[in-house]
Amino acid sequence: MSQRGELPKWVDVGLIPALNLLLALLATSVIFLLINENPIECLGIMIKGAVGSLKGWSYLLYYTTNFIFMGLAVAVAFHAGLFNIGGEGQGYIAGLGAALIGLNLEFLPWFITIPLAILASVAFGALWGFVPGYLQAKRGSHIVITTIMFNFIASSLMVYLINYWFRPIGKMAVESREITGAYILSFREIARQFFDFKYPASPLNLTVFLAFLVAWAVWYFLWRTKLGYAIRAVGLNSDAAIYAGIKPQRIIMIAMAVSGGLAGLVAVNEVLGAQHRLLLEFVQGAGFVGIAVALMGRNHPIGIVLAAMLFGLLYQGGTELSFAKTHINRDMVVVIQGLIILFMGALENAFRPWLTALFFKADD
Amino acid sequence: MLDILLSAETLSSTIRMSVPLIFACLAGLWSERSGIVDIGLEGKMLAAAFTAAAAGAYLGSPWLALLLAIGVSILFSLVHGYAAINQRGNQVVSGVAINMLAAGLAVVLGNEWFKEGGRTPPLPPEAQFPVFHMPGFSAIQSIPVIGPYINVLSGHSVLVYVAFALVPLSAWGLAKTRFGLRLRAVGENPHAVDTAGISVTKLRYQAILIAGVLCGFAGTYLSVALQGSFVRDMTAGRGFMALAALIFANWRAWPSMWACLLFGYLQAVGLRMQGFKIGAVEIPVQFINMLPYVMTVVLLAGFIGKSTPPRASGTPYTKDR
Repeated sequence: MSQRGELPKWVDVGLIPALNLLLALLATSVIFLLINENPIECLGIMIKGAVGSLKGWSYLLYYTTNFIFMGLAVAVAFHAGLFNIGGEGQGYIAGLGAALIGLNLEFLPWFITIPLAILASVAFGALWGFVPGYLQAKRGSHIVITTIMFNFIASSLMVYLINYWFRPIGKMAVESREITGAYILSFREIARQFFDFKYPASPLNLTVFLAFLVAWAVWYFLWRTKLGYAIRAVGLNSDAAIYAGIKPQRIIMIAMAVSGGLAGLVAVNEVLGAQHRLLLEFVQGAGFVGIAVALMGRNHPIGIVLAAMLFGLLYQGGTELSFAKTHINRDMVVVIQGLIILFMGALENAFRPWLTALFFKADD
Repeated sequence: MLDILLSAETLSSTIRMSVPLIFACLAGLWSERSGIVDIGLEGKMLAAAFTAAAAGAYLGSPWLALLLAIGVSILFSLVHGYAAINQRGNQVVSGVAINMLAAGLAVVLGNEWFKEGGRTPPLPPEAQFPVFHMPGFSAIQSIPVIGPYINVLSGHSVLVYVAFALVPLSAWGLAKTRFGLRLRAVGENPHAVDTAGISVTKLRYQAILIAGVLCGFAGTYLSVALQGSFVRDMTAGRGFMALAALIFANWRAWPSMWACLLFGYLQAVGLRMQGFKIGAVEIPVQFINMLPYVMTVVLLAGFIGKSTPPRASGTPYTKDR
């Protein structure tokens, strides 16, 4: 029997998110109607474009990989009571680590360079998360503002570094030369080299397995280790955590470093797996999708994986939709994303009082 | 180098670049002083910029464009208000949602209406705001050396003067009027205000409406006066820079203006030089671009001065039961 005022768990993690998602979809439909389109037809094109073919699935999973990393990054910080809007910058800076290893240690075999490059990505991302964490813990600067500022600082810094340090002399495009060390194979390349099978062209690469592995690792870390417990304790009640012998300042810094490191894994998927180059703005807003993913997944790795797949579907479906209906811009996806964040995040409690009244009336 | 740093063109451009920042920064000031954190300045500004450019192209009147832009900006404000005040939702999440919605909608609707991939057509001259010239400016302009500097103060769009007039108005409004005092009180201690029998909800909604109006001005200035059309993501982080300026100014009106002028100056200089030299070391333009953000981080960290946000900012108000 649940206490009065507390809804049963299935309502909390099942019914309420479902209702909120429905509301977001309804709002999306209104936007489709606004541009004289049939929402059901458009939704059909999106779903078919994403899961109707092997190619669609490949793109879906490629996007999902980024979104899992970013969703986990936001969630770990969230469990410590911190809002990390800096995933974008952390992932971007992590590209430096990946590129530095991939470009400079290409004479080493892959089983050394790939783990090294992954570690370097994590380390650079972690650093870019740790600094705002340090400033929050030791100097009291608000993490939301600092991480926003760090996104812009990262953006300028990377333009400078890629332009002046990584761009080969004489090349017009602002990007590094091809990264041949720490080369993570795509599904297409694997199919061709090992199975003599023609796999459709897509950026999907082996990093996708890392994403699922890391999702499990984050679950283990948060719910099965002492440190994970400490992070959650600080997030729930940092004053109480002090009495349990936990130092919140230390935990804040650790949580932000872990969060930044997870965001940094996006660089593995993009720089080492998909592009094989250090490009400008290669994170492409995944950091902000991560916020939506974490909100939707209720900050739990299982939820995050599912939400990341939904957003992967949305991104791939959105691309297909813009091909099928040329007057619909791909930015429709950004609108849907905004609506999902609005209804599942900021307005998440819209149904709660109503449902509470319904439930306890039925009980009496 | 000095010829760029102190030239009349750079200083005149500083004024123009700082105007959207001043509007947005004052919007943030009113909102945050009432306890509502507004990450959505960027989105509201972008929505207003798009509305103004689209309306200007259709209707050919800058004033109607401004009015509609303010209306749309207020609409977004109300969404934020409903989430933050009525639903007691997370204000940062709501702001992020508003930024995405605005960025996406502007391009989707712009592409649908104008078929130019989210751009709006260039505005005709009659859709432009009138320009204000100081009396006797042509006489001063002919004076050698100092003559060109009259262009720093004169010859801007009327919205520029509106922005600078709003600074003392906001300072006075917040410090000296009953409404301003109550508004600040609600940002520091909403319980006390509630106990005095004044509605916290109403005050916060009023603050958010003011922020909406000001963001409407910011966006309109950006697309109509500064660029003459709308292009995607044209706010380019100005909403966040305004937020940085607000922190820099420690949530006060006059210092907000100075911070915006400083950041506007950095933007103007950044536009005019591709890196400049201090001795033999070349400072790339990217470092000028990141300076406002670095300075804000340093300030926030308490290494220079101290920033104290309104005490109740970001926390939804719940009546004790």
